[in-house]
Amino acid sequence: MVEPAFKPGMMVRVRDIPVKGHMRTPAYVRGRQGWIEGLQGTFPNPERRAYGADGLPPVPLYLVRFRQSDLWPGYDGSDSLVLDIFEHWLERAEKTHGP
Amino acid sequence: MAHDHDHSVSPHPESKDHPVRDWESREAAIRDLLIEKGVLDAGEIRRKIEEWEQKTPALGARIVARAWCDPAFEARLLADANAAAGELGIDARGVKIVALKNTPSLHHVVVCTLCSCYPRTVLGLPPAWYKSKAYRSRAVSEPRKVLAEFGTVLPEGVELRVADSTADCRYLVLPVRPAGTDSLSEEALAQLVTRDAMIGVAQASPPA
Amino acid sequence: MHDLGGLPAGPVERDEHDPGLAERRVDALMVLLMGHGVFNVDEMRRTIESLPPDIYERHDYYERWLLTIERLLIEKGVLTAEEIETRLRDQARHG
Repeated sequence: MVEPAFKPGMMVRVRDIPVKGHMRTPAYVRGRQGWIEGLQGTFPNPERRAYGADGLPPVPLYLVRFRQSDLWPGYDGSDSLVLDIFEHWLERAEKTHGP
Repeated sequence: MAHDHDHSVSPHPESKDHPVRDWESREAAIRDLLIEKGVLDAGEIRRKIEEWEQKTPALGARIVARAWCDPAFEARLLADANAAAGELGIDARGVKIVALKNTPSLHHVVVCTLCSCYPRTVLGLPPAWYKSKAYRSRAVSEPRKVLAEFGTVLPEGVELRVADSTADCRYLVLPVRPAGTDSLSEEALAQLVTRDAMIGVAQASPPA
Repeated sequence: MHDLGGLPAGPVERDEHDPGLAERRVDALMVLLMGHGVFNVDEMRRTIESLPPDIYERHDYYERWLLTIERLLIEKGVLTAEEIETRLRDQARHG
Protein backbone atom coordinates (compact mmCIF):
# COMPACT_ATOMS: atom_id res chain seq x y z
CA MET A 1 0.00 0.00 0.00
CA VAL A 2 1.14 3.52 -0.75
CA GLU A 3 2.56 5.33 2.31
CA PRO A 4 0.50 8.45 3.11
CA ALA A 5 2.48 11.58 2.28
CA PHE A 6 1.20 13.68 5.18
CA LYS A 7 1.00 13.21 8.93
CA PRO A 8 -1.21 14.82 11.56
CA GLY A 9 0.02 18.27 12.52
CA MET A 10 1.69 18.98 9.18
CA MET A 11 0.81 22.28 7.58
CA VAL A 12 -0.52 21.91 4.04
CA ARG A 13 -1.87 24.07 1.27
CA VAL A 14 -4.76 23.11 -0.99
CA ARG A 15 -3.55 23.08 -4.58
CA ASP A 16 -5.58 24.93 -7.13
CA ILE A 17 -5.60 22.21 -9.77
CA PRO A 18 -7.55 23.11 -12.91
CA VAL A 19 -9.63 19.93 -12.94
CA LYS A 20 -12.41 19.78 -15.51
CA GLY A 21 -15.29 17.68 -14.40
CA HIS A 22 -16.16 16.10 -11.12
CA MET A 23 -14.11 16.71 -8.03
CA ARG A 24 -14.74 17.05 -4.30
CA THR A 25 -12.50 19.97 -3.32
CA PRO A 26 -14.62 23.07 -2.77
CA ALA A 27 -13.57 26.42 -4.20
CA TYR A 28 -13.52 28.10 -0.81
CA VAL A 29 -10.41 26.15 0.33
CA ARG A 30 -8.39 26.37 -2.88
CA GLY A 31 -5.02 27.97 -2.21
CA ARG A 32 -5.63 28.01 1.56
CA GLN A 33 -3.37 26.65 4.26
CA GLY A 34 -4.43 24.37 7.04
CA TRP A 35 -3.31 21.44 9.19
CA ILE A 36 -3.65 17.72 8.79
CA GLU A 37 -6.02 16.54 11.55
CA GLY A 38 -5.80 12.91 10.55
CA LEU A 39 -5.99 10.25 7.88
CA GLN A 40 -9.52 9.04 7.20
CA GLY A 41 -8.33 6.11 5.15
CA THR A 42 -7.71 5.45 1.48
CA PHE A 43 -10.56 5.57 -1.00
CA PRO A 44 -10.97 5.12 -4.74
CA ASN A 45 -10.53 8.39 -6.58
CA PRO A 46 -14.02 9.86 -7.11
CA GLU A 47 -12.77 12.00 -10.00
CA ARG A 48 -12.25 8.78 -11.97
CA ARG A 49 -15.17 6.81 -10.55
CA ALA A 50 -17.48 9.58 -11.67
CA TYR A 51 -16.76 8.54 -15.26
CA GLY A 52 -17.07 4.79 -14.81
CA ALA A 53 -13.46 3.91 -13.95
CA ASP A 54 -12.68 2.05 -10.73
CA GLY A 55 -10.61 4.92 -9.30
CA LEU A 56 -7.88 2.56 -8.10
CA PRO A 57 -5.34 2.56 -6.59
CA PRO A 58 -7.10 4.14 -3.61
CA VAL A 59 -5.94 7.62 -2.61
CA PRO A 60 -5.27 8.73 0.96
CA LEU A 61 -8.02 11.02 2.27
CA TYR A 62 -7.17 13.50 5.00
CA LEU A 63 -9.24 15.47 7.45
CA VAL A 64 -7.78 18.96 7.11
CA ARG A 65 -8.46 21.81 9.55
CA PHE A 66 -8.52 25.50 8.73
CA ARG A 67 -8.95 28.63 10.80
CA GLN A 68 -12.15 30.35 9.71
CA SER A 69 -10.25 33.63 9.95
CA ASP A 70 -8.01 32.33 7.13
CA LEU A 71 -10.98 31.41 4.93
CA TRP A 72 -13.37 34.35 5.16
CA PRO A 73 -12.63 38.09 5.19
CA GLY A 74 -13.73 39.67 8.45
CA TYR A 75 -14.20 36.38 10.31
CA ASP A 76 -12.55 36.93 13.68
CA GLY A 77 -11.97 34.53 16.53
CA SER A 78 -10.83 30.96 16.91
CA ASP A 79 -13.55 29.12 15.01
CA SER A 80 -12.38 26.37 12.66
CA LEU A 81 -13.52 24.26 9.76
CA VAL A 82 -12.62 20.72 8.82
CA LEU A 83 -13.20 18.87 5.59
CA ASP A 84 -11.94 15.78 3.80
CA ILE A 85 -9.40 16.32 1.03
CA PHE A 86 -7.64 13.79 -1.19
CA GLU A 87 -3.87 13.63 -1.11
CA HIS A 88 -3.28 14.83 -4.67
CA TRP A 89 -4.97 18.12 -3.78
CA LEU A 90 -2.48 18.90 -1.01
CA GLU A 91 1.12 20.06 -0.80
CA ARG A 92 3.40 20.83 2.15
CA ALA A 93 3.26 24.42 3.29
CA GLU A 94 5.68 26.46 5.35
CA LYS A 95 4.59 26.64 8.95
CA THR A 96 3.75 30.32 9.33
CA HIS A 97 1.59 30.12 12.43
CA GLY A 98 0.15 27.61 14.84
CA PRO A 99 -3.36 26.21 14.62
CA MET B 1 -44.64 26.38 -17.80
CA ALA B 2 -41.97 27.10 -20.37
CA HIS B 3 -40.56 24.28 -22.42
CA ASP B 4 -36.88 23.76 -22.13
CA HIS B 5 -35.01 21.35 -24.34
CA ASP B 6 -31.61 20.15 -23.32
CA HIS B 7 -30.09 18.29 -26.26
CA SER B 8 -26.89 17.14 -24.65
CA VAL B 9 -27.53 13.65 -23.25
CA SER B 10 -31.25 13.04 -23.42
CA PRO B 11 -34.34 15.03 -24.27
CA HIS B 12 -35.04 17.30 -21.40
CA PRO B 13 -37.74 15.56 -19.35
CA GLU B 14 -40.09 18.49 -18.86
CA SER B 15 -43.72 17.66 -19.40
CA LYS B 16 -46.24 20.31 -20.33
CA ASP B 17 -48.98 18.46 -18.46
CA HIS B 18 -49.53 18.46 -14.70
CA PRO B 19 -46.41 20.34 -13.67
CA VAL B 20 -46.97 19.59 -9.99
CA ARG B 21 -47.28 15.82 -10.30
CA ASP B 22 -45.28 15.35 -13.47
CA TRP B 23 -42.21 14.05 -11.72
CA GLU B 24 -44.23 11.49 -9.79
CA SER B 25 -45.58 10.13 -13.08
CA ARG B 26 -42.08 10.07 -14.44
CA GLU B 27 -40.87 8.12 -11.40
CA ALA B 28 -43.68 5.61 -11.88
CA ALA B 29 -42.86 5.22 -15.58
CA ILE B 30 -39.18 4.63 -14.89
CA ARG B 31 -39.94 2.24 -12.04
CA ASP B 32 -42.40 0.21 -14.13
CA LEU B 33 -39.92 -0.06 -16.98
CA LEU B 34 -37.13 -1.16 -14.65
CA ILE B 35 -39.38 -3.84 -13.17
CA GLU B 36 -40.51 -5.05 -16.60
CA LYS B 37 -36.92 -5.31 -17.74
CA GLY B 38 -35.94 -7.26 -14.63
CA VAL B 39 -33.47 -4.63 -13.43
CA LEU B 40 -35.35 -4.31 -10.14
CA ASP B 41 -38.32 -6.14 -8.71
CA ALA B 42 -41.34 -4.62 -7.04
CA GLY B 43 -40.74 -6.51 -3.80
CA GLU B 44 -37.26 -5.16 -3.24
CA ILE B 45 -38.43 -1.62 -3.96
CA ARG B 46 -41.18 -1.98 -1.38
CA ARG B 47 -38.77 -3.48 1.15
CA LYS B 48 -36.21 -0.74 0.57
CA ILE B 49 -38.85 1.96 1.17
CA GLU B 50 -39.88 0.21 4.39
CA GLU B 51 -36.26 -0.17 5.46
CA TRP B 52 -35.65 3.55 5.13
CA GLU B 53 -38.90 4.43 6.88
CA GLN B 54 -37.48 2.61 9.90
CA LYS B 55 -34.33 4.72 9.90
CA THR B 56 -34.94 7.76 12.04
CA PRO B 57 -32.90 10.00 14.34
CA ALA B 58 -33.92 7.69 17.21
CA LEU B 59 -31.08 5.42 16.08
CA GLY B 60 -28.48 8.14 16.48
CA ALA B 61 -30.04 9.18 19.78
CA ARG B 62 -29.48 5.67 21.16
CA ILE B 63 -25.84 5.83 20.11
CA VAL B 64 -25.37 9.19 21.82
CA ALA B 65 -27.14 8.10 25.01
CA ARG B 66 -24.97 4.98 25.22
CA ALA B 67 -21.84 7.08 24.73
CA TRP B 68 -22.93 9.41 27.54
CA CYS B 69 -23.40 6.45 29.88
CA ASP B 70 -20.40 4.35 28.91
CA PRO B 71 -16.98 5.99 28.36
CA ALA B 72 -15.54 2.80 26.87
CA PHE B 73 -18.34 2.76 24.29
CA GLU B 74 -17.71 6.42 23.62
CA ALA B 75 -14.05 5.66 22.92
CA ARG B 76 -15.04 2.89 20.51
CA LEU B 77 -17.56 5.23 18.87
CA LEU B 78 -14.90 7.87 18.29
CA ALA B 79 -12.56 5.25 16.84
CA ASP B 80 -15.08 3.49 14.58
CA ALA B 81 -18.65 4.78 14.58
CA ASN B 82 -19.91 2.16 12.11
CA ALA B 83 -18.82 -0.69 14.38
CA ALA B 84 -20.12 1.04 17.51
CA ALA B 85 -23.54 1.44 15.88
CA GLY B 86 -23.42 -2.26 15.06
CA GLU B 87 -22.95 -3.08 18.75
CA LEU B 88 -26.41 -1.58 19.34
CA GLY B 89 -27.95 -3.56 16.50
CA ILE B 90 -27.97 -0.56 14.18
CA ASP B 91 -26.95 -1.46 10.64
CA ALA B 92 -24.56 1.30 9.64
CA ARG B 93 -22.49 -0.79 7.26
CA GLY B 94 -21.26 0.92 4.14
CA VAL B 95 -20.29 4.57 4.13
CA LYS B 96 -17.83 5.52 6.86
CA ILE B 97 -19.37 7.50 9.68
CA VAL B 98 -17.20 9.60 11.98
CA ALA B 99 -18.48 10.82 15.35
CA LEU B 100 -17.44 14.34 16.33
CA LYS B 101 -17.44 14.93 20.05
CA ASN B 102 -18.66 18.27 21.38
CA THR B 103 -17.16 19.54 24.62
CA PRO B 104 -17.79 22.66 26.69
CA SER B 105 -15.12 24.41 24.59
CA LEU B 106 -15.69 22.85 21.14
CA HIS B 107 -18.97 22.68 19.22
CA HIS B 108 -19.29 20.94 15.86
CA VAL B 109 -21.83 21.55 13.13
CA VAL B 110 -22.11 19.44 9.98
CA VAL B 111 -22.92 20.43 6.40
CA CYS B 112 -22.32 19.10 2.89
CA THR B 113 -21.69 22.14 0.72
CA LEU B 114 -21.22 20.15 -2.50
CA CYS B 115 -24.41 18.09 -2.41
CA SER B 116 -26.22 16.93 0.77
CA CYS B 117 -24.25 14.06 2.26
CA TYR B 118 -25.68 13.04 5.60
CA PRO B 119 -25.18 10.12 8.03
CA ARG B 120 -28.36 8.48 6.77
CA THR B 121 -27.79 5.07 8.23
CA VAL B 122 -28.01 6.47 11.76
CA LEU B 123 -30.26 9.50 11.27
CA GLY B 124 -32.54 8.57 8.39
CA LEU B 125 -33.24 10.97 5.54
CA PRO B 126 -32.03 14.56 5.96
CA PRO B 127 -34.45 17.42 6.58
CA ALA B 128 -35.21 19.65 3.62
CA TRP B 129 -33.42 22.65 5.15
CA TYR B 130 -30.14 20.71 5.39
CA LYS B 131 -30.24 20.30 1.59
CA SER B 132 -31.12 23.96 0.93
CA LYS B 133 -28.87 26.39 -0.88
CA ALA B 134 -28.97 28.75 2.08
CA TYR B 135 -27.72 26.16 4.55
CA ARG B 136 -25.11 24.69 2.21
CA SER B 137 -23.77 28.15 1.37
CA ARG B 138 -23.80 29.82 4.78
CA ALA B 139 -23.06 27.01 7.25
CA VAL B 140 -19.38 27.20 6.30
CA SER B 141 -18.98 30.99 6.09
CA GLU B 142 -21.43 32.26 8.75
CA PRO B 143 -22.04 29.31 11.03
CA ARG B 144 -22.75 31.40 14.13
CA LYS B 145 -25.45 33.34 12.32
CA VAL B 146 -26.94 30.11 10.98
CA LEU B 147 -26.94 28.58 14.45
CA ALA B 148 -28.60 31.73 15.81
CA GLU B 149 -31.38 31.24 13.24
CA PHE B 150 -31.90 27.87 14.90
CA GLY B 151 -31.96 29.54 18.30
CA THR B 152 -28.48 28.37 19.25
CA VAL B 153 -26.04 30.94 20.55
CA LEU B 154 -22.63 29.77 21.64
CA PRO B 155 -20.49 31.75 24.07
CA GLU B 156 -17.48 33.58 22.61
CA GLY B 157 -14.99 31.26 24.27
CA VAL B 158 -16.40 28.16 22.57
CA GLU B 159 -14.73 27.16 19.32
CA LEU B 160 -17.27 26.46 16.61
CA ARG B 161 -15.93 23.89 14.17
CA VAL B 162 -17.78 23.27 10.91
CA ALA B 163 -17.37 19.83 9.35
CA ASP B 164 -18.01 19.84 5.59
CA SER B 165 -18.53 16.25 4.45
CA THR B 166 -16.84 16.59 1.09
CA ALA B 167 -15.79 13.03 0.41
CA ASP B 168 -16.26 9.51 1.72
CA CYS B 169 -17.06 10.25 5.37
CA ARG B 170 -20.32 11.25 6.99
CA TYR B 171 -20.36 13.07 10.29
CA LEU B 172 -22.46 12.56 13.40
CA VAL B 173 -22.19 15.11 16.19
CA LEU B 174 -21.96 13.75 19.72
CA PRO B 175 -23.60 16.57 21.70
CA VAL B 176 -22.63 17.54 25.22
CA ARG B 177 -24.68 15.76 27.86
CA PRO B 178 -27.00 18.33 29.45
CA ALA B 179 -26.54 19.24 33.10
CA GLY B 180 -28.94 17.79 35.66
CA THR B 181 -29.27 14.42 33.93
CA ASP B 182 -27.27 12.20 36.29
CA SER B 183 -30.33 10.32 37.47
CA LEU B 184 -31.77 9.62 34.03
CA SER B 185 -31.81 6.19 32.45
CA GLU B 186 -30.18 5.65 29.08
CA GLU B 187 -33.62 5.53 27.45
CA ALA B 188 -34.61 8.83 29.05
CA LEU B 189 -31.32 10.37 27.93
CA ALA B 190 -31.97 9.31 24.35
CA GLN B 191 -35.18 11.38 24.44
CA LEU B 192 -33.07 14.51 24.96
CA VAL B 193 -30.99 13.93 21.84
CA THR B 194 -32.61 15.61 18.86
CA ARG B 195 -31.75 15.28 15.21
CA ASP B 196 -30.74 18.93 15.19
CA ALA B 197 -28.30 18.30 18.06
CA MET B 198 -26.69 15.46 16.07
CA ILE B 199 -26.32 17.78 13.06
CA GLY B 200 -24.98 20.45 15.38
CA VAL B 201 -27.40 23.32 14.81
CA ALA B 202 -28.75 22.75 18.32
CA GLN B 203 -27.61 21.37 21.63
CA ALA B 204 -29.18 18.43 23.41
CA SER B 205 -32.27 19.48 25.36
CA PRO B 206 -32.09 19.84 29.11
CA PRO B 207 -34.50 17.57 30.99
CA ALA B 208 -38.07 18.94 31.10
CA MET C 1 -23.15 25.70 -9.55
CA HIS C 2 -23.21 22.98 -6.93
CA ASP C 3 -20.06 24.26 -5.18
CA LEU C 4 -22.00 26.51 -2.83
CA GLY C 5 -19.76 26.95 0.20
CA GLY C 6 -19.46 30.63 1.09
CA LEU C 7 -21.84 31.97 -1.52
CA PRO C 8 -24.26 34.65 -0.37
CA ALA C 9 -27.72 33.41 0.53
CA GLY C 10 -30.70 34.40 2.61
CA PRO C 11 -31.94 32.93 5.87
CA VAL C 12 -32.29 29.18 6.15
CA GLU C 13 -35.94 28.34 5.63
CA ARG C 14 -36.88 25.83 8.28
CA ASP C 15 -38.48 23.41 5.88
CA GLU C 16 -39.13 20.45 8.11
CA HIS C 17 -41.41 18.52 5.81
CA ASP C 18 -40.73 14.81 5.87
CA PRO C 19 -40.15 13.11 2.54
CA GLY C 20 -43.46 11.78 1.25
CA LEU C 21 -43.98 8.46 -0.48
CA ALA C 22 -43.09 9.79 -3.94
CA GLU C 23 -39.81 11.14 -2.62
CA ARG C 24 -39.06 7.92 -0.78
CA ARG C 25 -39.68 6.02 -4.00
CA VAL C 26 -37.00 8.08 -5.75
CA ASP C 27 -34.66 7.50 -2.83
CA ALA C 28 -35.27 3.74 -2.96
CA LEU C 29 -34.61 3.65 -6.71
CA MET C 30 -31.35 5.47 -6.18
CA VAL C 31 -30.18 3.18 -3.38
CA LEU C 32 -31.17 0.00 -5.21
CA LEU C 33 -29.69 0.99 -8.56
CA MET C 34 -26.41 1.84 -6.83
CA GLY C 35 -26.58 -1.37 -4.82
CA HIS C 36 -26.98 -3.33 -8.03
CA GLY C 37 -24.01 -1.57 -9.56
CA VAL C 38 -25.94 0.16 -12.34
CA PHE C 39 -24.12 3.36 -11.40
CA ASN C 40 -22.08 4.60 -8.45
CA VAL C 41 -22.41 7.60 -6.16
CA ASP C 42 -19.67 9.56 -7.96
CA GLU C 43 -21.44 9.11 -11.29
CA MET C 44 -24.63 10.37 -9.61
CA ARG C 45 -22.86 13.42 -8.28
CA ARG C 46 -21.15 14.10 -11.60
CA THR C 47 -24.48 13.89 -13.38
CA ILE C 48 -26.34 16.09 -10.96
CA GLU C 49 -23.52 18.64 -11.17
CA SER C 50 -23.88 18.76 -14.93
CA LEU C 51 -27.56 19.56 -14.89
CA PRO C 52 -27.99 22.92 -16.61
CA PRO C 53 -28.11 25.71 -14.00
CA ASP C 54 -31.73 26.62 -14.75
CA ILE C 55 -32.77 23.00 -14.23
CA TYR C 56 -30.76 22.82 -11.01
CA GLU C 57 -32.47 25.99 -9.82
CA ARG C 58 -36.00 25.12 -10.83
CA HIS C 59 -36.30 21.62 -9.45
CA ASP C 60 -36.44 20.42 -5.90
CA TYR C 61 -34.01 17.95 -4.44
CA TYR C 62 -35.81 14.70 -5.30
CA GLU C 63 -36.81 15.96 -8.72
CA ARG C 64 -33.14 16.58 -9.44
CA TRP C 65 -32.27 13.09 -8.28
CA LEU C 66 -34.96 11.63 -10.53
CA LEU C 67 -33.62 13.58 -13.52
CA THR C 68 -30.16 12.31 -12.62
CA ILE C 69 -31.30 8.69 -12.33
CA GLU C 70 -33.02 9.00 -15.68
CA ARG C 71 -29.95 10.46 -17.38
CA LEU C 72 -27.73 7.73 -16.01
CA LEU C 73 -30.12 4.94 -16.98
CA ILE C 74 -30.10 6.32 -20.52
CA GLU C 75 -26.33 6.84 -20.51
CA LYS C 76 -25.80 3.25 -19.38
CA GLY C 77 -28.21 1.90 -21.98
CA VAL C 78 -30.61 0.47 -19.41
CA LEU C 79 -33.55 2.48 -20.74
CA THR C 80 -34.03 4.77 -23.71
CA ALA C 81 -35.55 8.23 -23.66
CA GLU C 82 -38.14 7.02 -26.18
CA GLU C 83 -39.29 4.18 -23.95
CA ILE C 84 -39.74 6.56 -21.05
CA GLU C 85 -41.68 9.11 -23.08
CA THR C 86 -43.85 6.38 -24.60
CA ARG C 87 -44.65 5.00 -21.18
CA LEU C 88 -45.53 8.48 -19.91
CA ARG C 89 -47.91 9.00 -22.83
CA ASP C 90 -49.51 5.60 -22.21
CA GLN C 91 -49.88 6.40 -18.51
CA ALA C 92 -51.51 9.74 -19.28
CA ARG C 93 -53.93 8.14 -21.75
CA HIS C 94 -55.01 5.34 -19.47
CA GLY C 95 -54.91 7.23 -16.19
